[in-house]
Amino acid sequence: MTPLLAEIPYWGQSVLRVLGGLVAVLLPAGTIVYVFLFKMMSFMQSRLGPMEAGPYGSMQLFAEVGKWLQKEDIVPERADVRIFKMAPVIVLLSTFLLVVVVPFGPDAWFTDLETGVFYALAVSSVSVLGILIAGWSSANKYSLLGGLRAAGQLIAYELPMVLAVMGVVIQAGTMNMQKIVVAQNSGSMFGISAIGHPYVISQFVGFVIFMIAIQAELTQAPFDMPIAESELVSGYMTEYSGFRFLIFFIGEFATAGVFAMIASVLFLGGWGVPFSWFGWTSIDDISNWMNVVGPLIMFTKMMLVVFIIMWIRFSYPRLREDQLQRFAWKGLIPVALANIMVTSILKVVF
Amino acid sequence: MPKVPGLVKGLGVTLGTLFTTVTKGANTVQYPHEKEIPPIRSRGVIALHQDNCTSCMLCSRSCPDWCIYIEAHKELAPPRREGGKPRKVNLLDRFDIDYALCMYCGICVEVCPFDALFWSPEYEYSEPNIADLLHDKSKLSEWMETVPEAPALEAGADKKKK
Repeated sequence: MTPLLAEIPYWGQSVLRVLGGLVAVLLPAGTIVYVFLFKMMSFMQSRLGPMEAGPYGSMQLFAEVGKWLQKEDIVPERADVRIFKMAPVIVLLSTFLLVVVVPFGPDAWFTDLETGVFYALAVSSVSVLGILIAGWSSANKYSLLGGLRAAGQLIAYELPMVLAVMGVVIQAGTMNMQKIVVAQNSGSMFGISAIGHPYVISQFVGFVIFMIAIQAELTQAPFDMPIAESELVSGYMTEYSGFRFLIFFIGEFATAGVFAMIASVLFLGGWGVPFSWFGWTSIDDISNWMNVVGPLIMFTKMMLVVFIIMWIRFSYPRLREDQLQRFAWKGLIPVALANIMVTSILKVVF
Repeated sequence: MPKVPGLVKGLGVTLGTLFTTVTKGANTVQYPHEKEIPPIRSRGVIALHQDNCTSCMLCSRSCPDWCIYIEAHKELAPPRREGGKPRKVNLLDRFDIDYALCMYCGICVEVCPFDALFWSPEYEYSEPNIADLLHDKSKLSEWMETVPEAPALEAGADKKKK
């Protein structure tokens, strides 16, 4: 945004960034809920989904939000009130903090941290705190169990996620997300630069591990033990109602969107198209229209990744708690470590 | 052919259903806008053919829920044959079925010796007020219009004796 917004005063830039952040978080969240949760899930079960609110039920989400907003904000008598009220905000906050480092175009980014990947992985674990204190402060055994399960699961799957991303960082030679995008789109495979060098191909093992790990990080089925409704009512969300539940709900799907954006930045080439298509050689050559088209490309790739996440969610039954832990510690982490070693050896050799 | 792992097969099933739903439509019926025609012998509502009822009370007594209420009085009717005695007939004062209690077992229809009760497949009679589910004899008689024709007898079956 630097060259485009150079004339705008600092407060104006900040307002624009906040608005952009809201759009970048809430628009994908709403789209994901409607397209995937309402419609794709129904179609996969040979149903039609919501059809009454608006054409093909497209206004259903507004109806749901309205319903949640007018519900009573119930706080259990024995709950730790201040922390109870804070928890959903912390969960949603981590989503907003995450989107900050995602680049949407050559100049369309919020911040351009040199350690973007590191920041994203660190901030994504803030939501664990929110979930844990939600479970603890509800003064409800189901909530507590759900919170503990969530903590155990999110910590267990954060490791393979971090380790899978390491492969990308080694290959790109940078932690800056913008530079990772550039490296993928200006690279070439076997001397052919037609599709650039998306790391989904050279880091396929890392991509698979990363997808499984974000499936678990987002607590989507088959990894939804923290909110396993047949065992724990609704896990850490049991005692929440009204707009606090709404915040948890938005947080869940907004985080899905942001994680999908991070996955597409790291593995699918992010906002970019292969630079050789238009004869660009570096990021400075890129025309300004990419700042408009870039976010759309990004959005398309995000929808693709979310499609895979939701497809798996709607197809698989829930794992058991011990299976979940064993899968992370005995399956994913060793494979991810091996992937790092192979990647770094190949990086040195070639 | 090697066995396809169940995990992959499962993904195939959901994706296949997604495509059939998009191309051929869903299995569900959008109820208020389009209606499903129930099978001809489905148990929707019980209709009363008043002329056949002799107020023998068999249905009322066989009802497990006691949801049929009958009151009747006797009247004299003109004799069947010339010069005969005037007949005594039972006339219904009240024949109510409380559909808030009815469990659709159909024993009343089975037990009726005079073919006065019939099953109708009509199912759209829900009410906002539970008291309105008590259908009186005029309403029960209206349901007779929705009773389908009895299916034809099987070939070789005995004709019903008069």
